[in-house]
Amino acid sequence: MIKLVGLEKTLGGQPVLQGVDLSIPVGKLTTIIGGSGSGKSVLLKHMIGLMQPDRGEVWVGNVEISRLSGTPLNDVRKQFAMLFQGAALFDSLSVFENVAFPLREKLRMKGPEVGRRVEEKLKEVGLTGMGHKFPAELSGGMRKRAGLARALVMEPEIILFDEPTTGLDPLMAKSIHDLIVTMHRRFGFTAVMVSHEIPEIFGISDYVAMLRKGKIALMATSAEFQRTTDPEIQEFISVGGTVALPGSLAG
Amino acid sequence: MTNVIEQLGRWAVMRVHEMGRMVLFLMSAFAWLVRPPFRFHQIMKQLHFVGYRSTFVVVLTAGFTGMVLALQGYYSLRKFGSEGLLGSAVALSMIRELGPVLAALMVTARAGSAMTAEIGIMRITEQIDALDTMAINPRQYLIAPKLVAGVLGVPLLVAIFDVVGIYGGSLVGVDLLGVSEGAYWSSVASAVEWKDVYGGILKSITFGLIVSWICCYKGFYTRQSAEGLGSATTEAVVLSSVLILVGDYILTSLLL
Repeated sequence: MIKLVGLEKTLGGQPVLQGVDLSIPVGKLTTIIGGSGSGKSVLLKHMIGLMQPDRGEVWVGNVEISRLSGTPLNDVRKQFAMLFQGAALFDSLSVFENVAFPLREKLRMKGPEVGRRVEEKLKEVGLTGMGHKFPAELSGGMRKRAGLARALVMEPEIILFDEPTTGLDPLMAKSIHDLIVTMHRRFGFTAVMVSHEIPEIFGISDYVAMLRKGKIALMATSAEFQRTTDPEIQEFISVGGTVALPGSLAG
Repeated sequence: MTNVIEQLGRWAVMRVHEMGRMVLFLMSAFAWLVRPPFRFHQIMKQLHFVGYRSTFVVVLTAGFTGMVLALQGYYSLRKFGSEGLLGSAVALSMIRELGPVLAALMVTARAGSAMTAEIGIMRITEQIDALDTMAINPRQYLIAPKLVAGVLGVPLLVAIFDVVGIYGGSLVGVDLLGVSEGAYWSSVASAVEWKDVYGGILKSITFGLIVSWICCYKGFYTRQSAEGLGSATTEAVVLSSVLILVGDYILTSLLL
């Protein structure tokens, strides 16, 4: 569904992406890992057209989006939702209004149906009764949950997660990972996640891709990835401690 | 020497590039304004913020401006035995110049800086990117309502400024300095013409557009840091103020 072909991007005179070729499997949870500053978030933003590459192609289905703008790009974006690193909740709106926002703005939905869908999503992410609170009153984990509820409310086909657990304590990070996996299993969307959480991501991801020196060094299933003989990749993933094999949450 | 010329050239190119980007930003926001969905609720909300909530500071400024204008004007006119023209001096100064300029500067300081900060924080915390990912154009949702609020709100505030300023002048001139009340108000009525009023309206619309345009632009393209946001807010206020003063001269020379 998402395919990146020969993607190149330079930011501030520095080459970040230097020929990325990547295909994201449909309906699976793919995690992109890599060193700090390797361009993971930049890569993610290309997938939804928030950035345009200097060279290369970004395919979403059979539409090449790298040179699109305006209405044609917005039509492609209707398939997407994104959970940003800080959740990107709208400060001036309550949690309820944040989650209701896409329903009111995109579907022009009104009345009790909005309330029903919002409350349903808040319940799924464990934020029942929090609808009246504003983002500034929430903890980091609660903000991420509210952001996830907002991402899920339109029932998208593809959800992008930009470091969803950054800044959270280990227990909260695990609960967010568990929530993402549960939602992924229930709704079957294609998930692309950027994360530093090694080895946890091996337990929840179907596929793992590593970005190194501006290119994809390896993309494989979680199990195959952990068995790689590439010494640099092995060093990178072993720094996180005991390597988790699949059979835990991802099944 | 070559280095200096190169740096000067680079600076000039960057300024031209930025001016082009500012104009495209404005045109894009206006283009989205006339496309559905029409955001009446957002426009009213911004009008309330820019217009209604600036009323107090505008009234305060207008009152004291009128009072000091009357004070200064009285002693100048008395040298020629023309104290009776105080009303016209205050009214024409207010309606032609001080009303539009000072009201716009007050709105810049209060509402304009807040616009820059609000949009800048939304940029830094990726809220604008979030709108993009939801296929909602940020220029239509965020910027266009603020432009409309500036264009509609500032003229209304200028009208309030003019009225309060003239009354402030009357307070000092008539009640404190002993100018005849009849002379004051009759000189106001006889001196002020329709061209003075529409000139003031034209200026206020222009200044309202300048404030909202520059302040929104600076917030929209703020750098991703606290220092960047601080710089953006400062630059927005300074640039808006300078353009208001420059625009005032240009419009005055065209209208006279």
